[in-house]
Amino acid sequence: MKRIGLIINPVAGIGGKVGLKGSDGAETLEKALKLGAVPESGDKAFVTIKKMCELKDEMDIYTYPGEMGADICSRADMECHVLGKIDYGRTTTSDTVKAAKKLVRFGVDIILFAGGDGTARDIMDAVGTGIPVLGIPTGCKIHSGVYALNPRAAGELMCDFVEGKIRGTKEAEVMDIDEELFRQGIVQARLYGYLKIPNEGKKVQNLKSGGGYSEAGAIDLIGNYVADTLEDDTLYIVGTGSTTAAIMKKLGLKNTLLGVDLVYNHEVIGSDCTERQLLEVLSRYDKVKILVTVIGGQGYIFGRGNQQISAAVIKKVGRENIIVVATADKMASIFGNPLYVDTGDQEVNEYLKGYIRVIVGYEKTVMARVSD
Amino acid sequence: MAKMKVRKNFQQARWNEPMIYELSTKGLRGIIPPLVEKDIQKETGDVAAKLPDSLKRKSSLDLPEVAQKQVLQHFLHLSQETSGANLNNDLVEGTCTMKYNPRVCERLALNPGFADVHPDQDIETIQGMLKIYYEFEKVVKEVSGMDKFSLQPGGGNHAVYTAASIIRAYFEERGELEQRNEIITTIFSHPCDAACPATAGFKVITIYPDENGMPDIEAIKAAANEHTAAIFMTNPEDIGIYNVHADEVVKVIHGVGGLCFYDQANANAFLGVARAKEAGFDMCHFNIHKTFGTPHGGEGPACGAIGVQEYMAKYLPVPTVEFDGNKYYLDYDKPDSIGRVREYIGQSSVVLKAYAWSMMMGPDYLKECAEISVINNNYMLNIMEKIPGVTHAFKGNGIVRQEQIRYSFQPLMDKCGVGSEDMNRHMGDYGIPWFWASHYPWVIPEPMTIEPCESYTKEEIEECCKVVEICAGEAMENPDFVKNAPYNTAMHKRIDDGDLDDPAKWALSWKAYKRKHNE
Amino acid sequence: MSEKRFVHPYIPNSEPAVKREMLDSIGMDSVEDIYKGIPDRLRYNKRMDLPEPIISEYSCERYMDKILDENRNARNNICFLGGGTWNHYVPAVVETVMERDEFLTCYVGDAYTDHGKFQALWESSSMLSDLTGLEATCTPCYDWANAISVACRMASRMTGKTEILVSGSIAEDRLLVVKNYCKPEIKVTLVDYDRKTGLLDIGDLKNKLNDNVAAVYFENPSYLGALEVNAGEICELAHDAGATAMVGVDPTSLGILEAPGSYGADYAVGELQPLGIHMNFGGGVGGFIATKDEERFVAEFPSLLFGVCKTTQEGEYGFGEVAYERTSYAQREKGKDFIGTTAALHGVAAAVYMALMGPQGFKEMGEGILQRVEYVKEKLAEVPGVTIPISGYSYCDFLVDFNGTGKSVREINKKLLEYNVLGGKDISGEFPEYGQAALYSVTEVHTKEDLDTLIKALKEICA
Repeated sequence: MKRIGLIINPVAGIGGKVGLKGSDGAETLEKALKLGAVPESGDKAFVTIKKMCELKDEMDIYTYPGEMGADICSRADMECHVLGKIDYGRTTTSDTVKAAKKLVRFGVDIILFAGGDGTARDIMDAVGTGIPVLGIPTGCKIHSGVYALNPRAAGELMCDFVEGKIRGTKEAEVMDIDEELFRQGIVQARLYGYLKIPNEGKKVQNLKSGGGYSEAGAIDLIGNYVADTLEDDTLYIVGTGSTTAAIMKKLGLKNTLLGVDLVYNHEVIGSDCTERQLLEVLSRYDKVKILVTVIGGQGYIFGRGNQQISAAVIKKVGRENIIVVATADKMASIFGNPLYVDTGDQEVNEYLKGYIRVIVGYEKTVMARVSD
Repeated sequence: MAKMKVRKNFQQARWNEPMIYELSTKGLRGIIPPLVEKDIQKETGDVAAKLPDSLKRKSSLDLPEVAQKQVLQHFLHLSQETSGANLNNDLVEGTCTMKYNPRVCERLALNPGFADVHPDQDIETIQGMLKIYYEFEKVVKEVSGMDKFSLQPGGGNHAVYTAASIIRAYFEERGELEQRNEIITTIFSHPCDAACPATAGFKVITIYPDENGMPDIEAIKAAANEHTAAIFMTNPEDIGIYNVHADEVVKVIHGVGGLCFYDQANANAFLGVARAKEAGFDMCHFNIHKTFGTPHGGEGPACGAIGVQEYMAKYLPVPTVEFDGNKYYLDYDKPDSIGRVREYIGQSSVVLKAYAWSMMMGPDYLKECAEISVINNNYMLNIMEKIPGVTHAFKGNGIVRQEQIRYSFQPLMDKCGVGSEDMNRHMGDYGIPWFWASHYPWVIPEPMTIEPCESYTKEEIEECCKVVEICAGEAMENPDFVKNAPYNTAMHKRIDDGDLDDPAKWALSWKAYKRKHNE
Repeated sequence: MSEKRFVHPYIPNSEPAVKREMLDSIGMDSVEDIYKGIPDRLRYNKRMDLPEPIISEYSCERYMDKILDENRNARNNICFLGGGTWNHYVPAVVETVMERDEFLTCYVGDAYTDHGKFQALWESSSMLSDLTGLEATCTPCYDWANAISVACRMASRMTGKTEILVSGSIAEDRLLVVKNYCKPEIKVTLVDYDRKTGLLDIGDLKNKLNDNVAAVYFENPSYLGALEVNAGEICELAHDAGATAMVGVDPTSLGILEAPGSYGADYAVGELQPLGIHMNFGGGVGGFIATKDEERFVAEFPSLLFGVCKTTQEGEYGFGEVAYERTSYAQREKGKDFIGTTAALHGVAAAVYMALMGPQGFKEMGEGILQRVEYVKEKLAEVPGVTIPISGYSYCDFLVDFNGTGKSVREINKKLLEYNVLGGKDISGEFPEYGQAALYSVTEVHTKEDLDTLIKALKEICA
């Protein structure tokens, strides 16, 4: 019997239909409600819960009152246990965080939430990568990788999870977008952190050319290759990202998921370094390399999570010493677009433009275009 | 003119056929092998009993025991639950070139002068077979412009692997092999263009297309350097766009001292229209079982003919078939050859049938195959473009497609959550066999690759489009219905509850199945 | 060229009115509108220099039959060739099933519309597993040589070791294939064999085993016709050294010979052709690889593996690809070779054959072949100058030594043609240590009369 925590952010997506983007912040919320916006995320979550009803006897749903979950369950004829208290019609970020924490304390196996990037950020603040979560996409601003394809797919995935068909979890990026800039029409996402999501490993019968590698398998291959070709007496500046984290793990080295680490001759000599620390350390070494992966749905290698590896650092290390790693699936997901850089320094951005090799497997690379 | 008809009440044979083991009763016989004459038995006695103990079979041989009619019946039932190109609207298996496989060729293969010929027979006694190899080699030489071919490889992948072996030998001879350890390929080339050189020991660099869908030539320039051994490139690629920069690519690669291999799996569009030679390639291959009309056999037997320019001929596998003006012979005297990629001369049934097919075609009809293929494809695109929920790769790039198109059901997926695999299963309910989606990775999302080659009629093309339209419509109205398809094919929707990827549950044989599933 | 232009029966839309209608509907004048994007420098603007078409089916068949009738064959001659592809009887039922367009012309459809193909191939793998005693068998490879090659790389990946020991009595052609495929990382080392017994030299094997050997490959029966009595010991020695044991087999011999799985083999590889497929001038071949049904072995298969699963219909056998989601196993995983179109149809033929034969059929055929071979060996030894150089019993293939006759195998085979006998394979070049010797093959299709004809002919030729 699986225990599922359910949190619905009732105001997610509310701004979309009335022309406002995002709904974070009480002010925007007020505006949206005044403009006659109707909380929509509930309807989308309904599709998911309805699908899950097919296996209702095999799950226990724990949720919060009213619009944060209980209402939807009732509508979908899904039994649930209700915890906590809310201020109906006026729920905010802190309610999401409180609810998530409480559900974790209560001992749920997974948290299913409905909302946008903001909600994902809240969940992350509350639970980190402590337990798996899954997002039902309802917000109009979705850049994080923690969501199912659509509400129905979320329901299917939850059914698979309940039936024990999901093997393992994987880390997914939580992005957030600068709200102010967004309202001005500028999308600037930033890696905020990671959540653990069920690893559905979508299986498609590939009868002509055999099975490809799963993401875990692909990362393994990349890790093997990097480990095998790591040079001695060379300082490696290792950027953020789950792929680089996996490589560090393969090397048996401690790694900061959201920070930049330094490796020299198979030892970590610096963790979660600032730009200043990086500049200071690398000046003491002859041979320096930067190891980064691709961040975010838009495919950034610098500027969205690796800010510490600044323009100054890049200039000192040199373009030819940059190693980019990413799975073939990741590269396929940004198909049609180049890799992006945003170092804050136009000159360095220009310097980085052109083509760069991305390691996608053992002795396998992809030629990617770099742009700004 | 013929009428187009959608098979609204289609039902594939569904026999609920037991496993052959479940038809077994101890003691039944399917066939009695020839008896040994009494005279021989008297002289030798029971030799099997005299074998050393360690050799004798003691473990039980649990093969099924079934009478002859029941064996025939069983496999005929299974046959009915399979859809072959000769009896289906198989234009949906894109990249596979599912042509009509003429029945007369099958009859030829039963001539004892082919079927009962041993490859090690004295040369004098197999002149007919050698002539067929020699003459068919002439056909592929003319079609590609290459100087010499080997028909030894057993399939497209095998030919590409042979090419990689040849390239390895070429650079080894020059002492450059250590330096030249990289090959370049493209994301829309066949995956074997990456996997085969990798197996041969090369590192692989993959190129993505530019905004027009052709391999990004700037990326190729950036990737090519003194480490480049070769480029392995399919043209046209699986999305149906002909790379007009093919010869520029050759210049770039030759410029850094590398070789160029042309994967011609999709040659059907260009027979007599464009050749490997004019583009400057050093080597190329054909999937004989695709382009030259021989049966696919459910994945073989097949033949991957590999062709090279004169200066590479010495590396080809041994033996090659030659003619001295009087008779045909096998040339083993090739000290620089890479050796062998198979035990005998080649996949002879494919060569025989392909040769017969080519003789029935001749130069003009071969070209007509190409022309009608591309007309068929564009005719189909014109109809498919109008179907809601369907789009295609690089739509609107202004480039006319050749013999196949990679469609995408992403718009349908966005609208109602029904995608490529769902559509594939449901189209089977209307008698359309399984379509080819795409190789991995699915760069074009929710793909469907179609290749209406010259064997298909206008009405069959229209039928397929109509079925797509109907299924897409049904998807938008009732997604669940389509997602739970198929309903009228031989097998229902799979439920993968770990039976296929859990070592504790997977059953690769009947014994294992019984053991793991407690039956 | 100025003869009547036909609408080709294989190209329906080439009918001018149909073609015109289609072009009109897409707004094009001619096919040039489609090819126009191709630059002139890439176009082939000549007419291909190929023979004019033989457009009538009758004429084509007659033309082809005439060429084929030039070949001697095992129907109008007595054929004693084997050594990798054999002259066995092809049951009518097998031929009937192979004629079916469904099996013949299908390709990569999933099990929904190609359910029968999946089941047939799965049953084929199952029955091969019964014969070999190893429960995981993949879909067919190109041939025996490629099966060995692929299995060697599998063993290397699994163990992380890079040397393969191969029995020195392996056929030269087979070895060439293995050597090429093992490049660049895997070293192939030959192990000596005893000239008189044809058996693997255990002493040399012990010498050559080291901790970098991934697999020891030997054949049973061997190419030269020896039955490997030390099979169990060879497997044990391999295991003791940390290597896997791989044996190459003729599957039809497993009705009377012990199953590889029972004497310790980890891999069994071999040839499908003798399981009901015509020789087809070398085109009847197809290989198989069988291993233990253990994760670490199965995970290394580059080829397709079919498995059984459930469907939404209760009681229905569903099939699919066993798609193993690998977690990290080997240290130096580089990816698993390549897979593609190989010889699936031959796998289906083999399934029908194995189902027809059943355990009793294989046993009887095996016993019968042993007897026929023993009979002809005894009779051959009576021919002046002819000896049987390798001791012990043989299955199908065996060496015949003609050195004492003063004639070469070539000469003898030429003379045998006058008796409509296709003599054994001349291996004087391949195994010079045996001098003028030939590899003869006797199967269940040889009657006493056939064998006596050979003896009589040789007596006359070698007199």
